[in-house]
Amino acid sequence: MTERQSTTRRLVRRVSWEVILALLLLLAIAGGGVINSEFLTTDNWSNLLANFVEIALMALPLSLIVIAGEIDLSVASILGLSSSLLGVLCQTKVPMPLAIILCLLLGALCGLLNGFLIVRFRLPSLAVTIGTLAVFRGFAFILLGDQAVADFPPEYSAFGIGVIPYTFIPQPFALFLILAIVFWVILHRSTVGRSLYAIGGNPTAALFSGIQLYRLKVLLFSCSGAVSALAGIVYTFRFSSARADNGTGFELSAIAAVFLGGVAVQGGSGTITGVVFSLLLIGIVNNVLTLADVANEILRIVTGTLLIASILVPNLIASARARLGSIQLRRRTVQNDHLPLAG
Amino acid sequence: MNQPNNNGERTPWFRALVRSRESTLVLLIVTLAVTTDLLNPRFLSPQSLKDLMLNVSIMALLVLGQTIIILMRQIDLSISSIVGITAFLSGTLFVSHPGISDLVVILIAVASGLALGAVNAALVAWGNIPALITTLGTLYIFRGADYAWVHGRQVNAVNIPTSFLAIGTSSFLGIPWLTWIVLALLLVFSVGLRQYRTGREFYAIGSNRAAAILAGINVGRQIAIGFLISGAIAGLAGALWLARFGTVDATAAEGIELTVITSTVVGGVAITGGVGSVLGAVLGALLLSVFNSALVFLRVPSFWQQAFQGAMLLLAIAVDAFLAHRHALRSRVRWSHV
Repeated sequence: MTERQSTTRRLVRRVSWEVILALLLLLAIAGGGVINSEFLTTDNWSNLLANFVEIALMALPLSLIVIAGEIDLSVASILGLSSSLLGVLCQTKVPMPLAIILCLLLGALCGLLNGFLIVRFRLPSLAVTIGTLAVFRGFAFILLGDQAVADFPPEYSAFGIGVIPYTFIPQPFALFLILAIVFWVILHRSTVGRSLYAIGGNPTAALFSGIQLYRLKVLLFSCSGAVSALAGIVYTFRFSSARADNGTGFELSAIAAVFLGGVAVQGGSGTITGVVFSLLLIGIVNNVLTLADVANEILRIVTGTLLIASILVPNLIASARARLGSIQLRRRTVQNDHLPLAG
Repeated sequence: MNQPNNNGERTPWFRALVRSRESTLVLLIVTLAVTTDLLNPRFLSPQSLKDLMLNVSIMALLVLGQTIIILMRQIDLSISSIVGITAFLSGTLFVSHPGISDLVVILIAVASGLALGAVNAALVAWGNIPALITTLGTLYIFRGADYAWVHGRQVNAVNIPTSFLAIGTSSFLGIPWLTWIVLALLLVFSVGLRQYRTGREFYAIGSNRAAAILAGINVGRQIAIGFLISGAIAGLAGALWLARFGTVDATAAEGIELTVITSTVVGGVAITGGVGSVLGAVLGALLLSVFNSALVFLRVPSFWQQAFQGAMLLLAIAVDAFLAHRHALRSRVRWSHV
């Protein structure tokens, strides 16, 4: 990203990206209601909200990581690993609460490894997490092989598919809502959140202003690991199936949601509200298209297009403004445009 | 002070390091192959060597394009989708136009790959969208288009002329034609990156983009060229994928982008840009292939493959970081004498 863009884009974003997303959301809901009478039923909404809950969970800590100028591609593999471990523990008759705690611990440990490699050896997070993506998924297969574990205690499977009494909100989605609020508070109402923006904006300046940059990053990756493991547990109960290949490729969907939510790739800006809106938007668009019998493959095209458009449109607006306006800004294009995630 | 870091290609010390990465890889590959052969003598039999060469060829081909991209500190995730869609395209051309010449099919596949690469090029170079996001998006879009178009169909080997399949089956001097194609391109890319201005500019952009701009390099154009090359290579790989496997559906080549990137980085192309060679990257792909097939011959469950592959990537970037650190220290000492 050139400096010119990030400045203007930040302006464009700060003012209106969440608003644009909210408008798109309303449009999608209205459109869905018009196109299909089934869309606005409570059954459909339970379904819709449950369908993207794992990706939504992983997208929360991921947003914070991207804001801090890093990336975590290993989230879906941690999901798979946690699912495998849960399956193995269930087979060996370990009590469920203990099994769940062990899964969360393992996830946190995986995240800790990511953070340690990135911070201690100053390795680029993109490369590290492509590596651990393979390593963690590999371990998932080593643990469980190609078998599936399906005999979970009924009360746990019920959590995966149940709704909160008297509402249409699936129980796992309530979990997401709680975490979304927690992450919102952390990012927007705490010093940790301010520090993350500072780190993403200018790591050197952040370091010199006394921010515990390395400790924060390790914490962040551990947190991402634990939440991904939680997503693995939810996924396992929702489908009553523990498999090593659960959630393969989900990392791309989670990342797409984060970027579409207005989190800048180069770090330093973005909001939880935006990410939650973008998750809902993707969920709704997918649901509407599914109801309209549009094939699954079109959904991929839509997700990809949304992802690219979410950056292209603000860029085009920015460059149009720059062309009209100051030459001063244009001079800054000489500045570096490194792939920030590799830095 | 650290200037030789950026311009390091010229200094003998750096050259030695690059050379040592490639020789290290060769040493590793030979050690691995010999050890495996001692444990299971069938490993170095002609048939298994041929399989190995075929397995590594398409990966090695894709690694060539990815090297140029990573040298400029970009990334291309969409190659797997381009391979998938061009593989099916080549297959349908044979089905719908019986008697079509093999060369025409290959050229159409390359041209289609080039066109898809042009989408990436335009978005990254002129749309100013980071390569990671662009190619993540086009990874989805191209694969989605592939699924929508293929619609559950499949191209079978019976519909493909034997002359075309021969690229993947018959050999010349004991080496499959597929491998010859890759070797020829490796030579072209090697010389191109070393001796030609465009090649050097790829390195310059990855080393220090600001300096490259000040030196008058058209960075946008070079990045666009990189994505065009990567797309065209992926198109060729698609046609060759069909020749190699004969049967192609919408899932062809799904997920190989990470293996390609891993190979490239294991081969010494720094993910932070500016460092590496195509020879090293191809050796990286070879190492990964030898490793995978060694696991098979040693009867290690295939589940271990992925974990090992990831571990190898982590090891490679750790070694790179260590060497870069040492290099920085040394050059500081050396330059303090000047």
